[in-house]
Amino acid sequence: MMSSTIVQDIIHQHGGDKALLLQVLLAVQDADPQKYLSEESVNEIARILEIPRSRVYSTASFYSEISLQPRGIYLIRVCTNAPCENAGKALVLQAIEKELGIGAGQTTSDGIFTVECVNCLGACYMSPAIKVNDVIYGDLTPEKAVKIIAELRKEYQDGQNTSGSCI
Amino acid sequence: MNKMKIFVNGQEVWIEKDSTVLNAVKQQGIDLPTLCHHPDQRVKANCRVCVVEVEGVKNLVASCSTKVAEGMRITTNSPRVRETVRTILELIFADHPHECLTCIRNGNCELRQLASKYGVRDIEGEKANNIFPQDKSTPSLVRNPNKCIKCGRCAEVCHHTQNVGILYSHNRGTEVCIAPEYGKQLAEVACVLCGQCALVCPVGAIHEKDDTDLVWEALANPHKHVVVQTAPAVRVSIAEEFGLPPGEISTGKLVTALRKLGFDQVFDTDFTADLTIMEEGHELLQRMQTGKNLPLLTSCSPGWINYIEQYYPGLLPLVSTCKSPQQMFGALAKTYYAQSSGIEPKNIFVVSVMPCTAKKYEAARPEMNSSGFRDVDAVLTSRELGRMLRQEGMDFQKLTESEFDAPLGISSGAAAIFGATGGVMEAALRTVYEVVTGESLCKLEFSEVRGMEGIKEASVELDGKEIKVAVAHGLDKAKKVMELIQSGKADYSFVEIMCCPGGCIGGGGQPYGTTNEVRAKRIEALYQVDENMPVRKSHENPAVQDLYRDFLKEPLGELSHQLLHTEYRNRGLSIN
Repeated sequence: MMSSTIVQDIIHQHGGDKALLLQVLLAVQDADPQKYLSEESVNEIARILEIPRSRVYSTASFYSEISLQPRGIYLIRVCTNAPCENAGKALVLQAIEKELGIGAGQTTSDGIFTVECVNCLGACYMSPAIKVNDVIYGDLTPEKAVKIIAELRKEYQDGQNTSGSCI
Repeated sequence: MNKMKIFVNGQEVWIEKDSTVLNAVKQQGIDLPTLCHHPDQRVKANCRVCVVEVEGVKNLVASCSTKVAEGMRITTNSPRVRETVRTILELIFADHPHECLTCIRNGNCELRQLASKYGVRDIEGEKANNIFPQDKSTPSLVRNPNKCIKCGRCAEVCHHTQNVGILYSHNRGTEVCIAPEYGKQLAEVACVLCGQCALVCPVGAIHEKDDTDLVWEALANPHKHVVVQTAPAVRVSIAEEFGLPPGEISTGKLVTALRKLGFDQVFDTDFTADLTIMEEGHELLQRMQTGKNLPLLTSCSPGWINYIEQYYPGLLPLVSTCKSPQQMFGALAKTYYAQSSGIEPKNIFVVSVMPCTAKKYEAARPEMNSSGFRDVDAVLTSRELGRMLRQEGMDFQKLTESEFDAPLGISSGAAAIFGATGGVMEAALRTVYEVVTGESLCKLEFSEVRGMEGIKEASVELDGKEIKVAVAHGLDKAKKVMELIQSGKADYSFVEIMCCPGGCIGGGGQPYGTTNEVRAKRIEALYQVDENMPVRKSHENPAVQDLYRDFLKEPLGELSHQLLHTEYRNRGLSIN
């Protein structure tokens, strides 16, 4: 769980402005190690900005960019808009879901991967496209998508081993 | 000139400049369909059933959110408009459970009325398969999100009029749901159960918990002595349940109707309203003498009590310890009345008819059992009583008039105005003035505290000393007064707060169609009731005088404290 001080700091950085609620929500989500908005964070934001909890939740639940569930370390966003759809997004998504054993909107039980569908990544020129955290991968095929996942797994393992050796 | 020329269905008319198309068309006697629109709320324009054609505009426009313009040509009756409205209704219906036959709003559902008006015979479209659980977590309200048409009226009243912000629109697309955050139940959030949401809901998505069966059962039980009390506000609204215009005074018919339903005694909450004035008036005097815990805040409105307990617990010492008239009545029915009538209190079943959904919660509070039993056994809203009378096949208009039973049915005009914002203040001032000065008031009306203005202030001279009082109704206004008090910027001695706009006559349990215009008419009727009463001051109510002489002895005495007073704490809403 994220500390209430971090939430307070973020709101302070935004000048305590109610009108910047969405920016605050995104910043708090970014600061959360699980890349989501916890109920505690929602309540804290509501309290400090003096906005009813129901309204903070309303904004948070409206945008697919914001998650109300803990997310994995790698957030895979699959574009479902028309150009990607026409370019074979269905097979790519299927391959990702099969490889990870989860459906869209879910997180693997080890907490490493989350798959979400989004409406547009602004990468139509390289459709079908996905975005993993901040990196876009385009012109995908199911095989390429599986390969990306394998690379991410390896990256995660390497990271674990490195940090493990420090202890 | 403030008017401009427009054309409605080809006919030239002159309309106020800042009027909406909806109002302009309505003024021509054309009733446009509306669902999200409410005369006391801001424009939402999300249901789209009020669309009309405007010459030169490609798409149909929502009449509720469009202002008239010079020379505007509006068409409300073209095939295009008719077909569009019907399609919109079909789309709403496609996502609405087809349970009209068993719905609590069967007969007064606005959606169903429109479907009938527009001849919706066929419901096409794919039904979204979301089934949300019903929320029955409180004794006051039932929420059925499946029936919600997302018009947003409840959210608007909850956020703006009441400023508690419990219900709001969540998620997006087919997942949209109007609910507390995280789909929580009402008992899990800081809802005050005022029921204003239920009052404005056009369909059966949120409504009072129906307790009519409980009352039918008690009435049919030969071992139960069933007594009923009716709140001041009900006598000027119940006629609306039978199609009569708002503001009709029907006290006598109401009493007859209740007697015909089979109640053994028909009493009046006005009796304990007078008693409340005696207790609260003396409490005010006591606090003014000691200078402690001022201003005194009234305590009769249970939605208000739910509010201050949860939102301003730090100010709880200011709240009068007096129970509400409903609860004082229950406690006395099972003690004083039980003793004088020789009926075992365990066999007495107390029903109250209230304009209020929060009263159901108040009656269920665990501490409300100072008689040794639950003081009030069942609470019916005005709407539920309307339902019972209709089930009984009563022709309300044809009923003869009759009188309340004595002694718990005897009251003063001061008690009657409890139902209107400012009424408790006025009733208290009438008594406190005379008790303090020993003089008779030459003018009983305190007009500064009357009317629909949100916050009213007045200064009253009491025995050469000027005291300041304030009255607020609707929780948004109550909040403003609490902020003033909390910051030390208010120098009031006495503050009346009513949870609902207009006071109890505008309560969440009142007949559908309650608007501020209707509220004003009910208020006017209550002041008329007051004027018509032979006794208009609580301390002159002979039955209250007898009660003190024979039973309670004195205001704020030991027995009063045991039966008529209570305490408050921040408890959340969970009954268990």
